[in-house]
Amino acid sequence: MSAYAIEAILAMGLVTLACRATPFLFFMRRRPPAMVDFLQIYIPPMIMTVLVLGSFKSVKFTTPPYGIPELVSGLVVAGLHLWRRNTLLSILGGTALYMVLIRVM
Amino acid sequence: MDNSPARRALGAAFKASVPVLLGYVTIGLAFGILLVKSGQPWWLAPLMSVVVYAGAAQFMAVGLLASGTGIAQVALLTLLINARHMVYGLSLLDRYSACRRFKAYLVYALTDETYGILTTVRPPEGADEERFYALVSLLDQSYWVLGSLVGALVSSLARFDSRGLDFALTALFIVLLVEQTKSVRKRAPYIVATVATGGALLLVGPANLLVAAILASIVGILPFRKALT
Repeated sequence: MSAYAIEAILAMGLVTLACRATPFLFFMRRRPPAMVDFLQIYIPPMIMTVLVLGSFKSVKFTTPPYGIPELVSGLVVAGLHLWRRNTLLSILGGTALYMVLIRVM
Repeated sequence: MDNSPARRALGAAFKASVPVLLGYVTIGLAFGILLVKSGQPWWLAPLMSVVVYAGAAQFMAVGLLASGTGIAQVALLTLLINARHMVYGLSLLDRYSACRRFKAYLVYALTDETYGILTTVRPPEGADEERFYALVSLLDQSYWVLGSLVGALVSSLARFDSRGLDFALTALFIVLLVEQTKSVRKRAPYIVATVATGGALLLVGPANLLVAAILASIVGILPFRKALT
């Protein structure tokens, strides 16, 4: 178990480092091509959209409580963040609300 | 009072890192608690925070490790979640180009929050710039390692009901999405990604949803290239 976990962590570490190092390795001396410029702007918002929607993939919307804790807490996170733009407040507020909702609903 | 450039850099770096202090300790705490609750030994939490040091990917790994997901798929999902970090590097090319001694560490430690600080806070007059960047990065990482260590220890010593704490990952993604909507104001990427996620859910199902949806999004945005630039 631990050998597997350590292998997985090393793989994750290498991939993460590669992501962070790529621009410095390739574009230190020359400007990035137009295609890279285009994708570097539009890939992050698309990935975040997919990750947010994907977080709700195992929510059962047809049986009680019909995904209400997830949807309400998710909207509260977005609302808090649009309002105060304080990452900690948004995450803690939404998570605390979710933990309460799944216990009372 | 020692007013050397190095000393000035430390003071300014600590001040700049304070907004991250509370956030990293708290979210690191949640990560440590979840990892140990999922059946892993306590030391794996700080180890991951040193070796991986990427919040969203570490939270995602809790579930992946618990279900014994293959290494290749773990690596691919890490790539997709952390691909945004390539963008951070692109916009710091100029600023880091003069760095030498700490450059490797600066690149390794470039998280969302550290990027946010380094692109908004300027090093003070007369301070050693590279040292300032490195100290902000190091302070941020120490908060994260500390939070995850304490969370893991608390979780392995005390018993409590942490059901629902994993919503912190969803909340983190929502925060990052809201941040994106502030900087990328076009509608096309959000619509393309939503359609791609829906399509991927129907075609490949929930198990490989993320990979399929992200690849479909990238292909799907290409026709809009002319309109968006």
